[in-house]
Amino acid sequence: MITAGVDVGAKFAKVVIFKDGQVVARAKALVGFDVLKSAIEVFEAALKDAGLSRSDIGRVVATGMGRNAVVQKPPINAEEAVSEVVADAAGAFQAVPTVKTVIDVGAEEGRGVKVEGGKVRDFVINERCAAGAGTFVEAMARALEVNVEEMGPLSLKSANVIPMNAQCCVFAESEVVSLIHSKISKEDIAKAIHDAIAGRISSMILRVGVEKDVVLIGGCALNPGFKPPLEKELHTNIIVPEFPEYVSALGAAVIAANPAR
Amino acid sequence: MTTSVEVKEYPSEPLRCWEQAKNLRKNYYEDYLRAHEKGGLRWAGGAWSFSGIPAGLGEDVYCITGEPYGATVAFYKDFASKCHDATEAAGFPRTLCAYMRNYWGSILLDKYILTDGTVVDGYPAPDFIWQDHICCSHGKWYQLVKWLEKKRGKEVPMYSVDVSVGYPSDFGPEEDYKVDYIVGQLSDGIDWLEKVTGRNYNDALLCEAVWNEMKATSLWAEVCALNQAVPAPLDEKTMYSLYVMGTLMKHRPECVAFYETLRNETQDRVKRGIAAVPNERFRVITDTQPPWGFLKIFREMEKYGAVSVGSLYTFGLIGMWQYQPDGTWIPRPVPPQRPRTREEALQAIVRWTMHKPEWAHFYEPELKTKMMQSIVKQWKVDAVLLHYNRGCEGLSVHIAENRFGLLQAGVPVFPFEGNMGDERDFDFAGTLARLTAFFESMGLRKLKE
Repeated sequence: MITAGVDVGAKFAKVVIFKDGQVVARAKALVGFDVLKSAIEVFEAALKDAGLSRSDIGRVVATGMGRNAVVQKPPINAEEAVSEVVADAAGAFQAVPTVKTVIDVGAEEGRGVKVEGGKVRDFVINERCAAGAGTFVEAMARALEVNVEEMGPLSLKSANVIPMNAQCCVFAESEVVSLIHSKISKEDIAKAIHDAIAGRISSMILRVGVEKDVVLIGGCALNPGFKPPLEKELHTNIIVPEFPEYVSALGAAVIAANPAR
Repeated sequence: MTTSVEVKEYPSEPLRCWEQAKNLRKNYYEDYLRAHEKGGLRWAGGAWSFSGIPAGLGEDVYCITGEPYGATVAFYKDFASKCHDATEAAGFPRTLCAYMRNYWGSILLDKYILTDGTVVDGYPAPDFIWQDHICCSHGKWYQLVKWLEKKRGKEVPMYSVDVSVGYPSDFGPEEDYKVDYIVGQLSDGIDWLEKVTGRNYNDALLCEAVWNEMKATSLWAEVCALNQAVPAPLDEKTMYSLYVMGTLMKHRPECVAFYETLRNETQDRVKRGIAAVPNERFRVITDTQPPWGFLKIFREMEKYGAVSVGSLYTFGLIGMWQYQPDGTWIPRPVPPQRPRTREEALQAIVRWTMHKPEWAHFYEPELKTKMMQSIVKQWKVDAVLLHYNRGCEGLSVHIAENRFGLLQAGVPVFPFEGNMGDERDFDFAGTLARLTAFFESMGLRKLKE
């Protein structure tokens, strides 16, 4: 059976088409105000890439914070919606079968999931503030007047430790402005930002415990500046699978392929 | 998951004694408000206090217990918000006990709220304060009340009993030195009550109140024990409206009578297989006070067939239990003979109260974890929802340790952040999203919208 996973995230919608245990197509695009419209565009792009039509897809499962927008809504007609935590576990297990701990850092939310055989054993989700998520890096990039894609490489040029104490995304921006006025280099500030987000995420992950193999997924996994401080904080190596931002969508597609799970 | 699933439904019906419970609570708040009109006395103190002791001053002595009043304020979010604003404007930080802030806010606003949400002008000041110092906030709470009342022109005498003796070691008999420490304070307290009220103390009324309290708190434990049945005859959201009688008037005959009625009705529900939640298929317990302004979270749980059958808090704040050598709990049997003298009454109520399971929170995390594990086993519980309650330091202390203890025992745990009395600390949508993920990870699917 060919299945599809649709991950309607806070910032991007991602679709994975899955056939015989393999990904045959993937697509993503920014989510606009009309969530369903955005999801449909991505879904159709993935179908086109795979050379398939909706009738070829046996089952569709949705995940992500906008998942309910696509359930039973044509033309996607997702049969089921699952939470991001469940999708993360299934997707990470498909991508890295030895996974025990998943760290998913997306645009608005960070999650830690303990996994056993693709099933959730325990999980934790960041509360209240985006200071432990991708939006934090974006906001700080604006303050530094650099593109968000430059933030990771910039941070890797610094070896200095500059503490950033703010637990709030908005207050952290003020702190960055203070650092700029103190003539701290952009490289050092970029590293401080990545150290801070790694600190937030690691303290959250430690609540469920770290067990190898540790897999980092979500959009933030694409940022090369994020993995090193996170590995340092957690005292372990971290695996970033290929296409880490699609792992939740992959999980949804895997779940769709196993409806009797 | 959003696809619907059909499951077997148990028969269900409303509680027949529900209106009786509502009226008891309503009358309690109104009696306190109008005590002076009837020539009576008003006193204030905590739900944990030895409320049977002031009962010896006469049958026209009415109290308002602070925590339930704080919870009532919390339930009416608009009024709670005004209380928080008033308290913060007066210089108190929002990190303090939320019940305490709701209570102070009510005094600062000079408004009193009734159980139906009616806000009455003029906060009714107590004639005296009778408190116990169970946690870091309890004694200070009423010191501030005294201070606030003084600023309003009323001198309110205060007596606080230190109860820092802990639970009897290893669930064994009460140690005499601990008992004597509290009995001595209560005995002195009776002299103090006579002095500040100018009334003669009646030992027969004390004996009656102590006897009522022992019966009421044992009966509530009986009610909770009946919830071991599958399906559960009561759900915790409903139990909140029932256990509260014990927090208001555990020493009163009305409380005993109500709990007898409730026990009999619950027994009948068990016998007839009447469920609180018709689609029960997953049993949880919670911990500490819930976020009172968001009790709808329990209704959301029911959409997954999950029912909360209680908690150490609901069972053990009022219920009195006996821990058996095999690790099981039974309702604590009332002593064979009612007390006949002041000394007997004070000894009896102190020895009885030392077995209050909720005292465990304040002393040893391992003790509380052990109690929770017993409940999980005995009440056939599938998972524990832990409220990291930012509004109550006392009952939240060690809660992360309890989580580890439960996880190590193989019990799934869902922790969530919130506040019993300050809605600003509770993210309903976020909590619901995480709870959904937790239920899904337990293999549950949504049964209905």
